[in-house]
Parts: sequence; C-alpha cells; structure tokens
Amino acid sequence: MEPEYKMSSENLDFHYGDFKALHNVSIYFKPCEVTALIGPSGCGKSTFLRCLNRMNDLIPISRVAGKVTLDGDDIYASAVDVAMLRRKVGMVFQKPNPFPKSIFDNVAYGLWVNGIKDKAFVRERVEESLKQAAIWDEVKDRLQDTALGLSGGQQQRLCIARALAVKPEVVLMDEPASALDPIATQKIEELIHRLKETYTIIIVTHNMQQAARVSDVTAFFYLGKLIEVGDTDTIFTRPKKKQTEDYITGRFG
Amino acid sequence: MAALLVSKITEKSRSGIRAAETYTEELTMSKSDQALDDANVAYDKRRKLKQRIIFALFRGAAAVNGFALLVIIYFMVANGWRAISWEFLTQPPMESMTKGGILPCIVGTLCLSLGAIIAAMPIGIASAIYLNEYARPGKMVRLIRLGINNLAGVPSVVFGLFGLAFFVVILKMGVSIAAGALTLGAMSLPVIIGTTEEALKSVPDTYREASLGLGATKWQTIWRVVLPSALPGILTGAILGISRAAGETAPIMFTGAVFFTPRLPTSIFNEVMALPYHIYVLATAGTEIEKTRHLQYGTALVLIALVLGMNLVAILWRTRLRKRLK
Repeated sequence: MEPEYKMSSENLDFHYGDFKALHNVSIYFKPCEVTALIGPSGCGKSTFLRCLNRMNDLIPISRVAGKVTLDGDDIYASAVDVAMLRRKVGMVFQKPNPFPKSIFDNVAYGLWVNGIKDKAFVRERVEESLKQAAIWDEVKDRLQDTALGLSGGQQQRLCIARALAVKPEVVLMDEPASALDPIATQKIEELIHRLKETYTIIIVTHNMQQAARVSDVTAFFYLGKLIEVGDTDTIFTRPKKKQTEDYITGRFG
Repeated sequence: MAALLVSKITEKSRSGIRAAETYTEELTMSKSDQALDDANVAYDKRRKLKQRIIFALFRGAAAVNGFALLVIIYFMVANGWRAISWEFLTQPPMESMTKGGILPCIVGTLCLSLGAIIAAMPIGIASAIYLNEYARPGKMVRLIRLGINNLAGVPSVVFGLFGLAFFVVILKMGVSIAAGALTLGAMSLPVIIGTTEEALKSVPDTYREASLGLGATKWQTIWRVVLPSALPGILTGAILGISRAAGETAPIMFTGAVFFTPRLPTSIFNEVMALPYHIYVLATAGTEIEKTRHLQYGTALVLIALVLGMNLVAILWRTRLRKRLK
C-alpha cells in the first residue's frame, strides 16, 4: 500500500434499493490536497461524497459494499462510532444551511454536541473558526444576531466556519458555491485554497472552471463509475479517456 | 414540339393551380384565424366568468366558517351576558343550582384541561418523535399509525366508558380529576401526535444533516435542533387538541365530573364540577330547566370564552416563538 493516504475507497458499490448508483469505485485521497469530483448530473459524485462520512446511512433503503478508509481504518466497520467519524470528516452542503440560531451558536454547536463546555475555550474556537472561514470581520460585531439574517455567501462561509470549529481532518464540500453569486463563489474558492494547508478537501462541483481553479486532483464520474482520476492539469489538458475529454470539452453533460 | 407546348401549358396551369391553392389556403387560414379570434373572445369571456363564479363560491364557503363562529358567539353573548357577573364567576351554585355562580365548574374544567396537557403532551410528543425521527418505515410503524388514526375516530362517549372501566375502576382512581384528565388526555393524543408529526416534518432535513455532519448524535440533533424549530407548531397543536377536549362532556361525565359539589378540589383524587357537564345538567336534568336558561347560556359563554382564550394563547405563543427563531 502506498503511504500517506488520508482517505480511500476500495471497490465501493452503492445501491439505492434496486438501483446501483456506484460501481466499484476505487480512489485515494492524499492529505492536504484538494480533490474535485466532476461529472454530469446523476453520475454519482454526490452519492460518493456522502459515502465518505456515512451520510447515506440516513437513507433507509441504501446499501454499501466495499471499503472506505480513514487513516487506514474501515469507516463502515461495525465498531465505528458514526458521530465520531463525522466529527473527523466534516461536511459543507450545497445550500447554505445555518441553524435558526445566533451566529455564535451556529459555530459553537459542534463543540457543544461534542461535550466541550469551557466557555472561554468555545469563544476562542468560534473566533478562530470564523477567522479561518474569512467571515470574522463581517460578523464580529453581531455574533448574537440570527444567522438567517446573513447573505447567502456569508451563510455559506458561516457553515464552513461551523464545520471547521470541530477541527475535522477531512472536509467534504457538496457543490458549496452552486447557490452563490460569482463574488461569493470567488471568496469560497480563495478560502478553499487557504484551507488545504490544514485540511484534506474533497469537493463536488458542476463547474469545471471551478474544478480547474481549486483542485490538485480531479476525478471524473460517469453513470456511477469512476472513469478517470489524475492531476487536475493532466485531466484538463491531456485526458486519457475519450469520455473525460468529451465531458470537459462540453460535448455532453 | 406540340408535346413540349402541351407540357409547358400544363406546367403553367399547374403552377397556376398551385398559386390558387396557396391563395385559397391563405384565405382559409386567415378566415379560420378570424374565426379563432372570434371564438377566443367569446371563450375568454366565458372562462373568466366561470372563474369568477367558482371563486365566489369558494369565497362563500370560506366565509361560512367565519359566519358560523360569529353566529355562535353572537347567540351566546346575546343570551348569556346578563348572567355574567362577578358573583357568577366567583360563587358556587346555590338553591338547587337555580342561583349562584359557576366557580367550581371553571376551576374543575381548568384542572381537567391542565391535567390532560400534563398527561398527554409528553406521550404524544414522544410518540410523534419516535414515528417521525427514529422508526424505520415498515409494518410496525404502519400498524401504530393505523391505531392512532382509529383512536381519532373513536366516539367521545366510548372514551368516557373506557376511562370509567380503566382509570376509575381498574386503577381505582375513583371519579376524580386524575381519571377525568387521563381520559381527556387519551382522547387528545391523536391530535397531539398528528400536529407534532406535521411540525417535525416541516423542519428542513438540511438542519438534521448539518447537525449530524458535525458529529452530533441523533438525539442531540432532535433535542437541540429539530425540537426547538418544531416547538411553535407542537405547542399550538397540543393546546388546540386540549381545548377541543376541554369542551367535551361525554369523556368526563363518568370519570371526573359530578352533578354537584360546592367545594373546590384540593387533590387530584377529588371529583369536580365541569363547565360542559354543568351545561348538560342544567339543560336536561335540572328540576327547573326554564328557570335556569340564562345560567345555561352564561355557562356556555364562559366555556366558549375559555376555549377561545386557550386558542388565542396558543396563537400568540406561536407567533412569539416564530419571531424568536427568525
């Protein structure tokens, strides 16, 4: 086994009832790299992302076969504490989804549910996370205001801060900028650039320019299969597979 | 040569025919367009009229509701307001219930309603949380739901008899606030479960995902995120369910309420008088029904004010909670 993989999936199959959504997906994620998952709608990239922190467990008719590892350990093993896993593998969703609570409470939430009660520590961590997510200056004077009063872009950065507050090791992002305007999108992308110094980031995106801008590695999914994965530069300039080339040149999808 | 000429002529006439065809086609087209326009104008008028009639009917249907409530309230106020006095609200009935007030009934109904809330809300909310958040869909859940739906259809007098057999006799509570409140509570369970489930369903799944994604357990997610968001809906539903039950006579007539007792309850095992039962007694079982007519209306007015008051509190409470969430 090659060293230093943060996460991996090996021969991963995923079923929704009778429908097989993922076929035999094997992929390795290096630490402190950004991997972009691209592909047309319904190709399974979001489903795959949600396998990585067992978010698909919530769907009663779903079934997983194969292996997903974090630091070499199978996350689908029966002894695994799912809550603990999700603390380590955080997630940012497509639509900003702050809780209907104050800005402070949103970021502190993850700490509270993980049993951290020390008020000074929580306050410090909230500030640190908001700074990391590049939204501190915009909200520092109104931490007690409701998070629902923020703009869409601010809400998404707040959600990123919320995810960072529990110090995850991997951050999954499911089209984090698709509901945002270009300026907010740019802020999120800059943020991803800075965050990859600390975190392993896996991002699903519909936007190929975005994949090219933010990622080190790109994986192309089509019809539930991983078609090709490689350095982003290579994928976008010299893809090996015809399907990949057709997709990135805009011939379908 | 001739053949050529013929063919040329036919060619010409053909093109002429074609031109004529095109012309008539255009003509009929524009004609039919005109016809379509005419038809459209008439049709348009007709369909707009149809819409106006249908909406007027719907508006009427909606107005009937408000009208019915207004008529009931007017009727009660017009007939009952003369009976309302300080004495009426603060004295027990006197002289074989032909004079005096209804204080024990007011206190009794409040005790029964409060008891019903205390008994039914935790069970109802817990059931709804189980059904909506934990239970995996399957035979078991379908069976439970079937049970709840049927419980909602059970006539109130059957609840009364059940309460008499179970709470009063088997559990030896006697005719008491406890037995009456539990019976009322059982009766309002389906409403509380139903509205709580609706309230839980209206909480976006994205909240649940966000919370679980941060490493929260299912219960932490429910307790800290789902319930606070659903609370306004749950509380209103519960209060509306109880206020409906508070006006019922049948469930309490064998279990909690008595014909007459001048003293106020000091324990949950005391029997009480209650507003709906008191109306029933005055209107049907008294010795001098005509003489107590104004007392009956007065009592009904107080009951309606109490129930509407509870609903108003529920609505105000919900508005306040919603504002705080925004």
